[in-house]
Amino acid sequence: MARAFTPKVITANDLLEGDVIYLTADDRWSRDLAEAELITDEAHAQLRLLDAESQPSKIVGAYLADAIAGHDGPEPTHFREDFRRTGPSNYRHGKQETSPQPRA
Amino acid sequence: MYRYSEFDTAFLAERNAQFRAQVERRIDGSLTEDEFKPLRLMNGLYLQLHAYMLRVAIPYGTLNPDQMRQLALLAQKWDKGYGHFTTRQNIQYNWPKLNDVPDMLDALAEVGMHAIQTSGNTIRNVTADHFAGAAADEVADPRPYAELLRQWSTDHPEFQFMPRKFKIAITGSENDRAVIKAHDIGLQLVERDGVLGARVIVGGGLGRTPMIGKELSPFVAFDDLLAYLEATVSVWNQIGRRDNKYKARIKITVHEHGIDAIRAKVNERFLQVRPQFKGADMALLEEIKGHFAPPAFREGSVAVFKDAYHHDPVFRSWVDTNIAAHKQDDHAIVTISLKKQGDTPGDATAEQMRVMADLAEKFAYGELRISHEQNVILPHVHKSDLPAIHARLKEHALATANIGLISDIIACPGMDYCALATARSIPVAQQIATRFEELKLENDIGELKIKISGCINACGHHHVGHIGILGLDRAGVENYQITLGGDGTETAAIGDRTGPGFAYDEIVPAIERLVHAYLDLRDHADETFLQTYRRLGMAPFKAALYPEAQANAA
Repeated sequence: MARAFTPKVITANDLLEGDVIYLTADDRWSRDLAEAELITDEAHAQLRLLDAESQPSKIVGAYLADAIAGHDGPEPTHFREDFRRTGPSNYRHGKQETSPQPRA
Repeated sequence: MYRYSEFDTAFLAERNAQFRAQVERRIDGSLTEDEFKPLRLMNGLYLQLHAYMLRVAIPYGTLNPDQMRQLALLAQKWDKGYGHFTTRQNIQYNWPKLNDVPDMLDALAEVGMHAIQTSGNTIRNVTADHFAGAAADEVADPRPYAELLRQWSTDHPEFQFMPRKFKIAITGSENDRAVIKAHDIGLQLVERDGVLGARVIVGGGLGRTPMIGKELSPFVAFDDLLAYLEATVSVWNQIGRRDNKYKARIKITVHEHGIDAIRAKVNERFLQVRPQFKGADMALLEEIKGHFAPPAFREGSVAVFKDAYHHDPVFRSWVDTNIAAHKQDDHAIVTISLKKQGDTPGDATAEQMRVMADLAEKFAYGELRISHEQNVILPHVHKSDLPAIHARLKEHALATANIGLISDIIACPGMDYCALATARSIPVAQQIATRFEELKLENDIGELKIKISGCINACGHHHVGHIGILGLDRAGVENYQITLGGDGTETAAIGDRTGPGFAYDEIVPAIERLVHAYLDLRDHADETFLQTYRRLGMAPFKAALYPEAQANAA
């Protein structure tokens, strides 16, 4: 039996800034994971990934990342995605510089 | 120091102009990412977790003050005010914007620097003993030969699409400070009957299949060395595996074919290649040597030094740990620690870079070195200048007296930056250093090299750490494996795994148990961790690491 589909968000890096970005339900790219579209259907996920990949002049390296529904929107399930939405742990650089993201 | 010729300058200007146009075409949509990626990698530009990363080559780890100031300018103008020195004697900028990178490369070119071949399946930055030209124990300065190799390997038409990357390290000393046995090719300069040449080691490497290099030839005279190296790389380029990137490095080729078969093939190829080298390389080497002529060492009393050493315990402690013997008795080699306890190993702020550049200019004949251990070296300092240097370093958090001690940790960027990492390295290094400083045990422990990698690729050299730490992702949680007994010197060895790994919050206590075990087990205060491990083996350290397993077995 195929493994059950787990909820996903679409994430990538911004072409010019290199910053981590997320695809929203209304087709924007947000810097904030909480604004991402949480995708629960596998076919829809593949379609949204195609949408993302069709924007090569804005983004680099789109992929589906596991996430779960949290109190204020999607939250990461893996520490790598947690670091990506926050920034490095040795300096308060990256996203945590401007909009502090809680580290789980 | 090597100064670019007109040819070098023109070549670099052309490459930078090409890359500027490539960036423009990527941004305007005429290049896809798949098309652009190999082009940016050829120029040292990676995309990491949070941002782009520009890796700049510091050939054989040598810098002049103007170059160091330019690195500071890049950090300040286009990054977040700091740079990260790496285990390959490079510097990495963690936060550049794509639009700015062409300007950064132009700024580097102004001081004869570039990011070419810091990525991709090419011959990478040639690394060298960071004490080259200054060490009391060297046969000859390896840097002229390293520069010849840089020129030979840069844009070498035969070696642009090899099975995998290729790393060369070179040392002029029997005491190996350049980890030559963990490189694709390691060179040790040796003299035989008055002729200078090199012992050639091949097939070393770390990563997922760590191997200690094997001797390909005990001696190749300089006249033949470039042809011999070209033959070696060429043999691998032809028979190295391209079917699996994890089997592609020359260490696997040597392992699969055997060193004798490889030697036979290299010798055969050498006979074909040799006639193409008609002596132009040796003429060039002679010219390059002129660039590396030793400075006119000044003479003078060292009374000031002796007085400060006698009266100032902080200075004395720094001298005892951070100073190495220079070939001139009244001079010293100064290692500036970028490992202040709690700070990120290998990071320097723009201000610190400028301070080090000023010190090099004022006291060190305009020379700086970057070590693979992520520290900065002033290779030539008259001993009477040491107190003034120390005073200035103290003002800028650069006077940490810990070279070779437990807090002088090598750590790769790990998952705080690197897209390949499986766990973090930097905070583990920070916590270990901080913990042993709290315990006030650092000097009592003595020489102990801890090396941390955040993934199996082993940029943090964990296999050759006396204590190696490898960060992995185990079922979605950071997990750290420990190896013991690794050694990156002339007595090179790959460390042995202790057993199951430790969680992120367990790794520092585990290291503490190991070190306390060592302190209990050592024969006398001068027996180092590595010596104790070699004498006693794994068992007592394992017992200290896994007390529960021990209790269950009892």
